[in-house]
Amino acid sequence: MPRPEVLDWLRKRFFPHMWCPGCGHGIILHAILRALVDSGKKREETVIASGIGCSSRMPGYIDACTIHTTHGRSLAFATGIKLANPELTIVDVMGDGDCTAIGGNHFIHACRRNIGITAVVMNNNIYGMTGGQASPTTPLGAKATTAPYGAIDPPFDICKLAQGAGATYVARATIAQPVICEQYIKNGLANNGFSVVEIISSCHTQFGRKNNRRTPLDNINFFRNNSVPIAKAQGMTPEDLEGKIVTGEFVKRETPEYTRLYLDLISRVGGNKA
Amino acid sequence: MPGKKIFISGDEAVAEAVRMARPHVISAYPITPQTVTVERISDFVEDGSLKSEYLHVESEHSAMSAAIGAAAVGARTFTATSSQGLLYMAETLPYASGARFPIVMMNANRTVATPWALLSDHRDSLSQLDSGWMQVYCEDAQEAFDMILQAYRIAEDPRVMSPVMVNLDGFILTHTYEMVDLPDQEEVDAFLPPYRTENRMDLEEPRTVCYASLDEYMEFHMKQEFDMRKARAVIAEVDRDFGIRFGRQYGGLLEKYRCEDADAVIFTLGSVTGTVRSVIDSMRGNGYRVGLVKMRFVRPFPEDEVVDIAEKVKAIGVLDRDLSIGYEGIVFSNVSSSVLRACSAPAMVNYIGGLGGRNISKDNIQEMFLELLRAADGEKGKRVRFVNVGSEYDG
Repeated sequence: MPRPEVLDWLRKRFFPHMWCPGCGHGIILHAILRALVDSGKKREETVIASGIGCSSRMPGYIDACTIHTTHGRSLAFATGIKLANPELTIVDVMGDGDCTAIGGNHFIHACRRNIGITAVVMNNNIYGMTGGQASPTTPLGAKATTAPYGAIDPPFDICKLAQGAGATYVARATIAQPVICEQYIKNGLANNGFSVVEIISSCHTQFGRKNNRRTPLDNINFFRNNSVPIAKAQGMTPEDLEGKIVTGEFVKRETPEYTRLYLDLISRVGGNKA
Repeated sequence: MPGKKIFISGDEAVAEAVRMARPHVISAYPITPQTVTVERISDFVEDGSLKSEYLHVESEHSAMSAAIGAAAVGARTFTATSSQGLLYMAETLPYASGARFPIVMMNANRTVATPWALLSDHRDSLSQLDSGWMQVYCEDAQEAFDMILQAYRIAEDPRVMSPVMVNLDGFILTHTYEMVDLPDQEEVDAFLPPYRTENRMDLEEPRTVCYASLDEYMEFHMKQEFDMRKARAVIAEVDRDFGIRFGRQYGGLLEKYRCEDADAVIFTLGSVTGTVRSVIDSMRGNGYRVGLVKMRFVRPFPEDEVVDIAEKVKAIGVLDRDLSIGYEGIVFSNVSSSVLRACSAPAMVNYIGGLGGRNISKDNIQEMFLELLRAADGEKGKRVRFVNVGSEYDG
């Protein structure tokens, strides 16, 4: 049962939620709320943005300042919000399809700018809401309604993508590690820049039933048995790492945050004068 | 494959028609309530019953772009979308029509955000009325099946060479099941021969497609407009030929139902047509002279047919499942401009209903007819009425 101060952040009139029983996204919702509460955030100073998909229903359930935007564009909306009011804490909740397919462009540019937003990417390797189509993170060989013989498109590694594009905090955990999820989200919130926390989530309904992970527990066990911490992964060969989920913090570095640079520029060139 | 009758949904009927139309390339991105169509097509490609290239792309913008690319090398193409997906495609729609590529697309009519909603209205497709695409609206799954086949014949006709959007009301048609008559593949092949075109990249004689031009820009679009006008006759011709071959005919640009001596008629698009038909049957039983005009094509617009109707009736109601905010229903505006050409001036009332899937009941339709009959007798009323809302919204 969530703590009372965490329960306060739930928009109870929107319940029951629409996620399937056993969906991994509930674990992530709880982790996000604990991280926000423990980081001392206030509901009236916190924005939760989302695009489209199962993950994107999350802002409906959070009693903060929330916005449910068009497919793939939540980071563009969030960028506008952050620039208009840099004091706000912004968490952008996204799925793998939303973040890396239709919204891939906004994702890499948010990373590049290092704007102060925390993106929580719920990666369940599939388009769940629309019925199980292959996404850019569907693993090679995994089956989907649009990949009946198994996917042949090489998947994105979201953390490597974020790192390459310039995000200043990048971490990955799975829903089998709820406390670590919470810790990484807290670290992401503390980073003054663009943070990407990829959380490997499960969709037993669409992904699992086609890929021998039919029950929620199958998925949790799969994550538990196939996760490798970074330190251990560094000593392993690419062959050994095949099919494994490398977890941990990949990037933690400080570069100037975008809205800070933007405001500095304005004062340097003499803007904002009455 | 011999003809047969099967029990399928509207989405599945479209998929079956696409299988029989044998497109070379299909590109699609999932969006409710279109998804079942592209999933079924993906099954057909998997089981070998449809020999097509199937691309699952990363957005609707890419889906239409891929279809344009395929059409540019002379392929018959198919894609499908809905709602926000169609709006996201918007940039590429005039690109396809301007390049004169006869792409066929199914659109599952769903309202647009915000507020977010999943159910049906026509705000998505009607917002793209000026994109240079033909638009046809279907009443049931059988018509959807038949119109996919007809759409390819119309689009690929050398006199027309323009893309067609086949619209089905989301959920009401896409997700409900009915018996659909599937013809014999050989008969379909005879009706729809393989696509051959000069409008393509040619490896023997390299040239550009989708070119840029300032000098000829205006003449280019005039040619497009003149060909779209010719499409009216082609639509009627294809419908007749379809009727001869398969025993089903739809009236071409529009269908008139019990209009012969009607005082008042209602214009409809899509699935609500069936409800209006049944209201007319019961009102006719009680002596009311009412009729239906089922608008099938909105582009090209059935101008002459509308003028003809306007000269015979005393009152016209247009039931719009859309709203051009700041004015009136989009279909009403279109119908009204043709009615102006008529020698008589029937009373005109615009009924805005069914937005975001709001029900339009038989009682609602009967009330519209009764009001139209009063208007036919000279009673003055409101020009735009909202259907099935609280009296505080339409007092």
